Amino acid sequence: MKIIIMGCGRVGAQLASLLAIEGHQVTILDIEDYSFRRLPANFSGTALLSDGTDEETLKKVGIEEADAFISLTQGDNRNVMAAQIAKNIFNVPKVICRIYDPLRRELYNSLGIQAFSPTTIFAQMLKKELES
Amino acid sequence: MYIIIIGGGKVGYNLAKALIDEGHEILLTEKDAARSAAIIDELGSACVRGDGCEVTTLTAVGTSRADMLIAVTGDDEDNLVACQVAKHKFKVPRTIARINNPKNETIFKKLGIEDTISSTNVILEYIREEVPTHPLTHLLTIKDKGLEIVEIKISPDSITVGKAVKELSLPPGSILSLLIRKGSKPRVPTASTVLQAEDQIIAVTNPESEESLRIALRGA
Repeated sequence: MKIIIMGCGRVGAQLASLLAIEGHQVTILDIEDYSFRRLPANFSGTALLSDGTDEETLKKVGIEEADAFISLTQGDNRNVMAAQIAKNIFNVPKVICRIYDPLRRELYNSLGIQAFSPTTIFAQMLKKELES
Repeated sequence: MYIIIIGGGKVGYNLAKALIDEGHEILLTEKDAARSAAIIDELGSACVRGDGCEVTTLTAVGTSRADMLIAVTGDDEDNLVACQVAKHKFKVPRTIARINNPKNETIFKKLGIEDTISSTNVILEYIREEVPTHPLTHLLTIKDKGLEIVEIKISPDSITVGKAVKELSLPPGSILSLLIRKGSKPRVPTASTVLQAEDQIIAVTNPESEESLRIALRGA
């Protein structure tokens, strides 16, 4: 699969690395090249200094041929905007987005954007752990 | 009208003051603690500290009864999300988003936010008007009709100098509405009007025909 990941934070870098090891064609974007230090030295994918909310940039990095797009920057709104561009403008078949704010996640899920909230997932996990 | 403004920067703050003076009920949200405190000092309960992209903030300020929400922060993605949340979650009838990066204007349209104001474009147009050599200036855009009112200056080296309006190949849908010529009163150009150097033409056109109108009036 050709996968584009926006945001090379801890989660983005780890996901990119896991997918690349499995043989996927991974492109990871970040607006700061310092972020790419998180990628392993033997990373076989492509790391590009690019803004994933820019239509032209996304075309250049090959979004038209991408099978999946995942937005994982620190900003909920940036993630939402990029995910909507990928899904509604470029018709990427699989689009996933991280939204920390649970209420905003709920809204965008209902608008057809597949989104996960680490806040909800982690809180539920901790609760389960305490109850076990 | 009850109008909610997101973002208490220079634009949001001055917009809030202007709309309050016009007698509207205004609520301004600002994320930053110091900035919101300063505005609350002046405008009182018309300003609330909070993130205008968050459902909780928007619920607290009674967004479901708002007639309009205007998002004018310095970040385009925040303005997009504030408008989308207002539109889809709170059914606000009208939302307006400020756009800082002109490239985002088409993106916002494709994502369902029709009403946008690009501050960068507005400033660019004003500056262009001041640059005398610029061939075509946008004076007004009538968005819902897809029309533009533009001004075109005929330079002395234009190949159309000395030609009559009927000899020009104007794009369909473009109308020459006014001719401004030094030393005479502004008038409506007719088919037999002959163009002169330094003429100013005010025309109605649409974004698609703008380039061909410019070529028709000035040569390529």
